[in-house]
Amino acid sequence: MLAYIIRRVAQSVLVLLITGFVAFSMFSYVGDPVENMLGQERTQADVDRLREQLGLDQPFVVQYAKFLGQAVQGNFGLSYRQGRPVSDILSERLPATLELAAVSGLMALAGGIGLGIFTAIRRRGVGANVIMTLSLVGVSLPTFLIGILLIYVFAVQLGWLPSFGRGEVTDLGWWTTGFLTVSGLKALVLPAITLGLYQMTLIMRLVRTEMLEVLRMDYIRFARARGLRERAINFRHALKNTLVPVITITGLQLGSIIAFAIITETVFQWPGVGLLFINAIQFVDIPVMAAYLMMISVMFVAINLVVDLLYFAIDPRLRVDGRSGGH
Amino acid sequence: MTKQTLLAATAMSLLMGAAQAETLRWARAGDALTLDPHAQNEGPTLALMHQMMEPLVLRNPDGELEAALATDWSVDPDNPEVWTFSLREGVTFHDGAEFTAEDVVFSFERALSENSDMKGLISSVASVEALSDYEVEITTNGPNPLLPAALPNILMIDKDWAEANDTVDVQDVEGGEETFASQNVNGTGPYMLVSREPDVRTEMTAFEDYWGAADFPIGYSDIVYTPIQNPSTRTAALFSGEVDFIQDVPVQDLERIEADPSLKIVSSPQNRVIFYGLNVSDELVNGTPDAGNPLADGQVREAMNMALNRDAIRDVVMRGQSIPAGVIMPPFVNGWNEELNSVSTDIEAAKALMEEAGWGDGFSIQLDCPNDRYINDEAICQATVGMLAQIGVTVNLNAQPKAQHFPLVNGLESDFYMLGWGVPSYDSEYIFNFLYHTKGDLYGTWNGTRYSNPELDEMTKAIAAEVDLEARDEMIAEMWDMAKADTVYLPIHHQVLNWAMDSDVGAAVDPDDQVKVKYFTAD
Repeated sequence: MLAYIIRRVAQSVLVLLITGFVAFSMFSYVGDPVENMLGQERTQADVDRLREQLGLDQPFVVQYAKFLGQAVQGNFGLSYRQGRPVSDILSERLPATLELAAVSGLMALAGGIGLGIFTAIRRRGVGANVIMTLSLVGVSLPTFLIGILLIYVFAVQLGWLPSFGRGEVTDLGWWTTGFLTVSGLKALVLPAITLGLYQMTLIMRLVRTEMLEVLRMDYIRFARARGLRERAINFRHALKNTLVPVITITGLQLGSIIAFAIITETVFQWPGVGLLFINAIQFVDIPVMAAYLMMISVMFVAINLVVDLLYFAIDPRLRVDGRSGGH
Repeated sequence: MTKQTLLAATAMSLLMGAAQAETLRWARAGDALTLDPHAQNEGPTLALMHQMMEPLVLRNPDGELEAALATDWSVDPDNPEVWTFSLREGVTFHDGAEFTAEDVVFSFERALSENSDMKGLISSVASVEALSDYEVEITTNGPNPLLPAALPNILMIDKDWAEANDTVDVQDVEGGEETFASQNVNGTGPYMLVSREPDVRTEMTAFEDYWGAADFPIGYSDIVYTPIQNPSTRTAALFSGEVDFIQDVPVQDLERIEADPSLKIVSSPQNRVIFYGLNVSDELVNGTPDAGNPLADGQVREAMNMALNRDAIRDVVMRGQSIPAGVIMPPFVNGWNEELNSVSTDIEAAKALMEEAGWGDGFSIQLDCPNDRYINDEAICQATVGMLAQIGVTVNLNAQPKAQHFPLVNGLESDFYMLGWGVPSYDSEYIFNFLYHTKGDLYGTWNGTRYSNPELDEMTKAIAAEVDLEARDEMIAEMWDMAKADTVYLPIHHQVLNWAMDSDVGAAVDPDDQVKVKYFTAD
């Protein structure tokens, strides 16, 4: 077990290093931050001086090495755009993204499983067919369009919910939360739906398919033959066996909800890390881009590691044949 | 706005008098990058800071110079390099400290320091000295008749406050530490900082002891500033009543806003002209080697200028929101006149010119264009591709983000590029200095055309120092004639600036897009 964990962690570190390397090799194609940092009256001498100060005259490998050297000491440098430590900015912005991801993830899970079961059990009913058709819309409409539509209906026409921002937040010192105020909760609704809609339809379709599969199994027939109530069959026997793949997918999707909140955050001016990243790209704010990409890859690697370890715990075959590690 | 809050707001304003408790909720696309007045010479950053800090001389919404912290200024009749500024008395900073000459000297020295981004604006300043508590003397390197026009963005801060908070130096991004001044303000301006979350929200409240409290409308007691990046969301926030006033209004939404009786649009020509620059050297960067450069021929450049249909660009691409330009100078700049600005489209004459120049069969060229900098920039370039095709010029469009576009222009890696230019000094000298002078370390820093005219270079330096304003204006007129005859730039248009707001907000659009809320009224 220990050897397995060590091997997986070593692999993860390698993945991180490679991600960083690729990221830094791309930064020079994003553009030149110096033009954004100086006013239009700057002289060539100012440009050269700043470029040298920032180390932009060095090859990207050197820049990457310097970044790594500082990053292992917990120093991600100063944002070119805001002139503040990147670690401060990220920790300020992360709660907004995590709260949004948590709410839309829960919504997707609850809604997806509920509707999935419903459409599986009543698969010939009118309601189920309507839901299945609508789910196609959820899968195929781009996120920004859903966001704009929701803003138009609920903020502009009805005036029920805010069109942008996070509302009033409560500062707990190490975390800011929008869960404790009415305006904070109202502000969460539209972005959470926008972000979670795709995941919800995905989970719903997955649950439905799995459920239909399970309902055809012999043990369900036997359960029926035993005269068990329909309710007990559906929820106690069928649903339980449906959930294993759903949990795997949800775990992996959680990572992408956080990473791909970028579009939703831009549409709703949600002050999270995704919006920060977009601004960083436009400004060529290399320290912020680098730290964000590293953070996201650490997160993905960590989730994968946990999933791998869970398999290890669940699946006894892995324990017997430790060598076959991958799958 | 719900009925209850509307009622409450009405009741409040009846009880307290209209000017007392009004909050202006203001949104635009980007946030200020810092609150350090000398760290970033950038539009939105300066716009936010102007609510809280002030210069000696201000530009009012009409674009005219106005006395702010200085009440009077004059140049020494015997020595045109020496200026005396009399300071306003009885002005206090937000923390109660008195504003005196030592603060002016300190602020100028800070603005001239190595890490300052404002030093380019006042590069003509050699030294600043306090003559008394309320008088400062500014000495320039050589005579500079335009000194006051260079000062509106040089904001004053308190010397003792900066020293007490260890923020004497302007932030150096690579220095490692953030500075106190980038997050805090102690100015003399009409509004004080209440709270700020960068990129999220900045709140300000009226400064009770403001020296100009009786001289300006100051219709709002509080300001809440929120950047909203997505244009549709920004407009939606205005429609839903969550904000009262937005800048950077998307042109496609203008009609809808205009149609709403509770909203209005206020417009003005912007201090920014959009144009193309041409590589006039012997060789194209992206052309076949030794094939020569068609753009080196003045007739070809003139033909391209004639082929541009600016009215079509205005009507189709800009939805009416532009003013066709015949010269690369915004209309209120000293040196501008109708005749210089006149231009016409004539495809037949353009074709004849091409023929005469020996390029009757046309040529192909790459056009470099930004896609996130100016209003509809990429669409203008696309329209240009079709217009130049009419005279046989095949244009390959290369549109990319500004962070990639500008390095091409400044690295002399483009043959044909789009650029926009604002003139903060409102004088032609600024244009000749940056765009026409032979490219070098100090002059011609934005001249990507390789154009070099020694006579024009010499005159550029001469008008910077000419104190006889009449003779100076004559020289400027002569310079424009020379510049226009050479057609190294193809002017496109002046952008029109639109601000959208609740119908009860009273605001005049500032040509520099610089909001100064102290001039706003609230009905």
